[in-house]
Amino acid sequence: MSLTDAATEAEHVPEQVAVVQGKGPWQLAWERLTRDRAAMVSLGVIAVIVLLAVLAPVFAAVTGHDPQEQFPSIGLSPQGLPIGPGSGFWLGADSLGRDLFVRLLYGARISLLVGLLSTLLATVFGVVVGMFAGFYGGWVDGVLARVLDVVLSFPYLLVAIVLVAALGAGVPLMIFVIAFFSFAAMARVVRGQTIAYREREFIEAARSLGAGKVRTMFVDVLPNLIAPVTVLATLLIPTSIVFEATLSFLGLGVDPRTPSWGAILADSIDFFRVSPGLLIFPAAMLLLTTLAFNLLGDGIRDALDPRSDRLHTRK
Amino acid sequence: MSVLLRVTDVRKYFPIREGLFFRKEVGRVHAVDGVSLEVRAGETLGIVGESGCGKSTLARCITGLYPVTSGSIEFDGAPLGAKGFRRDVQMIFQDPYGSLNPRRRIGSIIADPLVIHRIGTKTERRRRVQELMELVGLNPEHYNRFPAEFSGGQRQRIGIARALALRPRLVVCDEPVSALDVSIQAQVINLLKDLQAELGLTYVFIAHDLSVVRYVSDRVAVMYLGRIVEIAPGEDLYKVPKHPYTNALLSAASVADPDLSARRERIILTGDVPSPISPPAGCRFHTRCPKAMPRCVAEDPRLTPEGEHQAACHFPVQPGEHLGAETPQIQQESTEPTVGRTESGVDDEPDRRGD
Repeated sequence: MSLTDAATEAEHVPEQVAVVQGKGPWQLAWERLTRDRAAMVSLGVIAVIVLLAVLAPVFAAVTGHDPQEQFPSIGLSPQGLPIGPGSGFWLGADSLGRDLFVRLLYGARISLLVGLLSTLLATVFGVVVGMFAGFYGGWVDGVLARVLDVVLSFPYLLVAIVLVAALGAGVPLMIFVIAFFSFAAMARVVRGQTIAYREREFIEAARSLGAGKVRTMFVDVLPNLIAPVTVLATLLIPTSIVFEATLSFLGLGVDPRTPSWGAILADSIDFFRVSPGLLIFPAAMLLLTTLAFNLLGDGIRDALDPRSDRLHTRK
Repeated sequence: MSVLLRVTDVRKYFPIREGLFFRKEVGRVHAVDGVSLEVRAGETLGIVGESGCGKSTLARCITGLYPVTSGSIEFDGAPLGAKGFRRDVQMIFQDPYGSLNPRRRIGSIIADPLVIHRIGTKTERRRRVQELMELVGLNPEHYNRFPAEFSGGQRQRIGIARALALRPRLVVCDEPVSALDVSIQAQVINLLKDLQAELGLTYVFIAHDLSVVRYVSDRVAVMYLGRIVEIAPGEDLYKVPKHPYTNALLSAASVADPDLSARRERIILTGDVPSPISPPAGCRFHTRCPKAMPRCVAEDPRLTPEGEHQAACHFPVQPGEHLGAETPQIQQESTEPTVGRTESGVDDEPDRRGD
């Protein structure tokens, strides 16, 4: 069968068919999300943090303070203690006389980079593994599900410490470590959802049309997984950011010279009595960022699942 | 008329597994248990039966969705799964809500078969989809909408358009209207009939609604517990049903005319359908049959091989015969000590279902 005869038969079809564009589920979800004030504020906070991170070099230039540069003469008091917030050092200086504000901005870059990239990696990997396990079932599922169980029961901090000790600290390694420990949660959710969808009639319809398994998975199952995956991914970002901060706090994260919120916090331990800003500002940044991502994740879940509307407004 | 589809002694058993690790097979559901039939080019073969009689399983075997346990299915002389089979045999599903992916637009759902079989360019496919939408009575402008924006009847039209996209020769309709309102049912059935005339389609039409099947079918097969008990040209089956089960089924169908309805004899079957996990020996229907005899328990009746009107019964119902519970024949029958009623200790009685 070719379509050439179909085309001639189709003469009665108007040449230019006006296209009525239905509101897609995504459009509807977006409209619901924009009505959610907490989610919108969170989105604004995240946008500001991203903007600050992107503009970090600009602030470094404006203040004239490189994040790595030490200013023992102006950043430290005559007693050698870090100075507090002021016109020169907007949020004060750290124990080595470096500009805390500029370092926090550069730290945001690391946090966001690690948070987003490791989540992306965990999501892609988790979705693929979960879909194959759920869709194929049988021994494929048996093997993959056991692997996930093993990953989930790993003492992740110990493994991270060993890996860093063996391979040396660095951003790429950290991204892989975090992704490795978060993909299993994603894979589990995706597996469960896939099993639920596998038995649906539209999957059977695809098979009766002659669609292959891989095509059915990606064309028919995947679009239905986007909602739970988006929600989980949004919630994985803050977890990854906290994970990064934890590792950096323990000195296992990025290169110690690179400014990272966790490393800055670790640095503040000895000095926060004289200079509380050293503790408060990075902690506040960390809290604000993770809170914003968590609230956004909740908002996305509510927006993608209209049945939860009632619950939400009752609050 | 040439035979388009030949089903020969097809069986489909679903294993029942238990146990955490070794998944030992503890039993089998005999969903389809030795069905043979022919579908001729251009006709509509209706298949009726109660829920659980195996008609949907049979449909899925015919379309290749389920591999058969034994037996053979030939389409146009070639075994199932031969090249081109996926194009020539299509299926229309029962649930207009479940059979369309809620996250995809109508245009892409209907174009699916074309994409899968790599037919046409993108613009050609779009044209074809719009042509199909018009063919089944949908507005082609709704190309970009989602299934949730359509009613049940419209969704079933979408499913029909998808099934027709590859210009199939055989369409298996698995209860295509049973999920729809009665008023919509008529529209969809008429659409299917029109399409059959226009495109020269052959249908296997599965339903539990006898009047729907009567309206669309040239021939009708009646299924009970995985077997075909009677197969006949539509009018013959409805006018002179030979199998006691067919008689009971027809007597249960509602009739619009109250006078006729009052005059009609209602045959009420006792007991439940036996479990397909351990179907009764002999005639599958003997546990509930008002005419059951010892022979029915001992010997499995075959479909009478000759003629258009075939019934799998040792004692076919004669025209004018009464099967109602008050008829003297039944009273005489119930005194028969060896009749396979539940209390008579016959092998494979329905009480063994719990095994």
